[in-house]
Amino acid sequence: MNRLLLITAAVGALCAVPLASQASPEEDLKAFQAYFQERFPNVPFEDFANGVYAIDKASREQWEAIEEFPPYEIAIEEGEEMFNTPFKNGKTYASCFRNGGIGVKGDYPYYDTEKGRVETLASAINECRTKNGEKPLKYKKGKLASLVAYMAYTTRGQIVDIKIPFDQRARDAYEAGKHFYYARRGQLNMSCAHCHIDNAGNKIRADLLSPALGHPTHFPVYRSKWGNLGTLHRRFAGCNKQVRAMPFKAQSEQYRNLEYFMTYMSNGLPWNGPGARK
Amino acid sequence: MKRRSFLKGTVASSMLGAAASAGLLTPQSVLAAWPKAAFEAKTVDGGMEAALGSSSVSESGDIKIKAPDIAENGAVVPITISTSIPDVDAIAVFIEKNPVPIACSYDLGATTKGFVSCRVKMGKTSDLIAVVRSGGKLYSAKKMVKVTIGGCGG
Amino acid sequence: MAKKKIRIRAKMKGDVTEVKALMSHPMETGLRKNKKTGEKIPAHFIQEVTCEHKGKQVIVAHWGVAISKNPYLAFKFTGAAKGDTVKISWNDNKGESASAEAKIG
Repeated sequence: MNRLLLITAAVGALCAVPLASQASPEEDLKAFQAYFQERFPNVPFEDFANGVYAIDKASREQWEAIEEFPPYEIAIEEGEEMFNTPFKNGKTYASCFRNGGIGVKGDYPYYDTEKGRVETLASAINECRTKNGEKPLKYKKGKLASLVAYMAYTTRGQIVDIKIPFDQRARDAYEAGKHFYYARRGQLNMSCAHCHIDNAGNKIRADLLSPALGHPTHFPVYRSKWGNLGTLHRRFAGCNKQVRAMPFKAQSEQYRNLEYFMTYMSNGLPWNGPGARK
Repeated sequence: MKRRSFLKGTVASSMLGAAASAGLLTPQSVLAAWPKAAFEAKTVDGGMEAALGSSSVSESGDIKIKAPDIAENGAVVPITISTSIPDVDAIAVFIEKNPVPIACSYDLGATTKGFVSCRVKMGKTSDLIAVVRSGGKLYSAKKMVKVTIGGCGG
Repeated sequence: MAKKKIRIRAKMKGDVTEVKALMSHPMETGLRKNKKTGEKIPAHFIQEVTCEHKGKQVIVAHWGVAISKNPYLAFKFTGAAKGDTVKISWNDNKGESASAEAKIG
């Protein structure tokens, strides 16, 4: 695939190369999305936000049955209650976010040029907590996941529009995330791309591989397998473990950069979290 | 319909006791207490006897089972049982290959439709058997649901 | 933090009331082992779910451990009208219980 070669060639030319001579993120995005639209010509673009259910009728029916009354509603309620409960110092989460924290999940992830790193909603939540004298929460599940679920819920319907500012460090973070996506890892020596790009729609044993396009839009997810709600970084760790690679820590630089790259690649799709998955 | 003794399980009796004293239940409207024997029976017939009073059942084409051919995840399999058979007073669902086949049973009020939807756990590929009772007779239908071991997401 | 144990959606569709309920409960089978201690996690599951309308029982569900965690139940009945109240209650094998009411919309 010529377009795929364009991306993989760009991976070779990394960080040290000046901005002007790399394939731009815009070019990557066009190639990436075009690849999936060609591979799955019958899927309307917005439907990619529904992951594997956009490409498989049988599992879609089961998902729609679950969506009749999805278990993540429990987490949304918990999250809403937490969001509206003041900290010990009297302030609330609303004070840390634009628009009182309603409908703002689409602001993340973004490149914070002051801090010099990718900021995610999860890390912003904990920053809000520590700034207000509260202990930080664990990143993969539980209370923080419920908070993210509520904030995802109030953002539903907005369009993913991640920006990469014309700043070498932001580009480096994007490129690092991209490199992570295409790099082999683990005992199984596989990359994210092997499954979710090259083999999207194919089976890996009894599982159907979902397309990379649309992956971050519906997080956090209530997975039947987990029996509870988990965040994007929890899933990253799980996926890494599944190819028998050491997972990175939730909200580590590697996973934040990965989230940055992946979410940018879903630009144009609707935010539709939280979601239900198997 | 046999009225089961509700003095057996302390939990069931306390709930019914409270409800009865609140004037909510009359002898005609009291439905059976939790059938412990049914939820210990290791066979479909045993479960049926204990939950519905008989294992004598005839197949019916008027019972529809909506369940996936291949379950995405055996821990959460969404199912819907519906029937056009009139005056159904009980519905029970059995998962043949589960350690205890009976998954659930429902006692329906006089104006309740022959329809129920829930989410069940299936340990492995198995027949899902729906049994409905009307006029003292039992009717059944079944559907095979496959449960697989996932490759990665499962 | 008070957690809602039962969520109810009740709607009129013609003369039929459709009720959907989502409950919070571990529905522990008693077969799983604690990964750290190796001991079996005791069974903890809802045994009965009852729906009442105007003092009459619309449905009594008898459940076992094969019902999924955070269970769902949907059923339909006639004889009710918009604005009526339905009440759903459950009790489990440990003697815990919960109930909630909702207006039919």
